[in-house]
Amino acid sequence: MAKYVTIQVPRREPPPAPEAAGEQCKKCGASLEKGELERNLRVCPHCRHHYPLPSHERIALLADKSSVSFVGEEVQAVDPLEFVDLQPYPERLSKAQMQTGLSEALLAARCDVAGLPTALGVLDFQFLGGSMGSVVGERFHRLAQIAVDERRSMVIVAASGGARMQEALFSLMQMAKTVVAAQLVGRARLPYVTILTHPTTGGVFASFATVADIILAEPGALMSFSGPRIIEQTTREKLPPGFGSSESQLTHGQVDMVVDRREMKDRLAQIIRFLMGGGTRG
Amino acid sequence: MAERRSPEGAWQAVQLARHQDRPQTLDYITQTLPDFLELRGDRLHGDDRAVIGGLAGLGKRRIVLIGHQKGHTLAERQEHSFGMARPEGYRKAMRLAKLGEKFGLPVVTLVDTSGAYPGKDAEEGGQAGAIARSIELFANLEVPTVTVIIGEGGSGGALAMAVADRVLMLENSIFSVISPEGCAALVWRDAAEAPRAAAALRLVAADLLEIGLIDAVIPEPPGGAHTDHLATTRRVMHEVQLTLGELERIEPAERLRLRYEKYLRMGRYAVTNSK
Ligand SMILES: [Zn+2]
Repeated sequence: MAKYVTIQVPRREPPPAPEAAGEQCKKCGASLEKGELERNLRVCPHCRHHYPLPSHERIALLADKSSVSFVGEEVQAVDPLEFVDLQPYPERLSKAQMQTGLSEALLAARCDVAGLPTALGVLDFQFLGGSMGSVVGERFHRLAQIAVDERRSMVIVAASGGARMQEALFSLMQMAKTVVAAQLVGRARLPYVTILTHPTTGGVFASFATVADIILAEPGALMSFSGPRIIEQTTREKLPPGFGSSESQLTHGQVDMVVDRREMKDRLAQIIRFLMGGGTRG
Repeated sequence: MAERRSPEGAWQAVQLARHQDRPQTLDYITQTLPDFLELRGDRLHGDDRAVIGGLAGLGKRRIVLIGHQKGHTLAERQEHSFGMARPEGYRKAMRLAKLGEKFGLPVVTLVDTSGAYPGKDAEEGGQAGAIARSIELFANLEVPTVTVIIGEGGSGGALAMAVADRVLMLENSIFSVISPEGCAALVWRDAAEAPRAAAALRLVAADLLEIGLIDAVIPEPPGGAHTDHLATTRRVMHEVQLTLGELERIEPAERLRLRYEKYLRMGRYAVTNSK
């Protein structure tokens, strides 16, 4: 099992997620000791429910200790359309930065995964719903270029509500931009693996998340392009329990495997090592 | 940036873009492509009537034409799922685009959809993956590609068929990441604020040209495209031919490189020196 390590992160640590301080698992109701979730990679030890993992913890989970250097931090958001909103977009951005300690929704890094050189990007749902604006697109692009230039595999952990509405069509176009950027990695014959976590929806699900060579999913994550509420409203269909879940996507042929977070690093390393020319065993 | 369009102005374009008498893909075919040969099915699962595609002569060229079809009457709209494509629609588009590539035929897409079909079967059939793969395939086509947004360009369901060397828009067509109603519901919790949202989203053709996200705007007859189908469809196909002529003068590898570059450049952000 991958070991939890502490790494250097840009800016400051985000505050603990609300459930971290909670005494009960929201899913199964089991009582949890203080800090028990964090010690278990935010997976309930009783029911295996996977709680959201902040992006810096995700990088610590997947990357080898001391191998991480962040990239793309120089790319920062602007308000290209002076979007009219109840709260101005720049204010929403600074609030999200304060709350998460992140500069944008995509945290990108060069790192090693079990000694394998990797370009790793992690979307954080806590940052404006992991929405894809121009910065997410450009950081993705820069990360892909690093992967190509330095012969690294590319790994993206997705969690997103979809588009960044405040950037309007610029946001939609990031779907095309990221798909094209992923092509650069593919043309260099480097592995591109995505890990879909709860929730992966909208424009992210319908772009770079699903053009990967191999698609992994965390247990119980929701994946949907349109979103269950819109589907029920538009078609008046009653959706079955588990609709769009990782497990359902697996049966419908949309993902390669559902992997427990505690085994994710080993599985990821196995895949990259194999595609980069090693064997399937470590 | 130029003056923001008024909510009334933006909303007028939205209504014209959605006008039920506006020329749709089948009207373009009837009016301008007399020898159109429809090809059906995705070879995997079904034939999505929200997407029409086939072979056609256009002037001295042979092309592959693929477009959304919304339908005019209620019966037609139901037959064509209101132009909302399912995975099989995108897979049909991909299959036909590949056919064009194989035989060196330029691929022309006409986009007119409020979005991809939001349904259980569509989702379970891989809606997201179909859209992503379609974007990928159109980005990589070795033949010249032109998209015309002839009505509504709604979100990812439109983009799946709107990645091209040149993207043109009719004057009163719209292209947006979210419907104005959806945006209004999110921002003001009130769908009646849709005109304000339409202005904020800058979804009208001329505004998108100004911010560099599309390549040209095709004028419509006074009163809108629905007032004169023949003039509109001829004008659009004339512009398509001019654009294809331009693209054919570019060497294929260079055209592909330019297409990649265009999409990799999209977005507005700042680059700071400090980390
Ligand atoms: Zn539990």
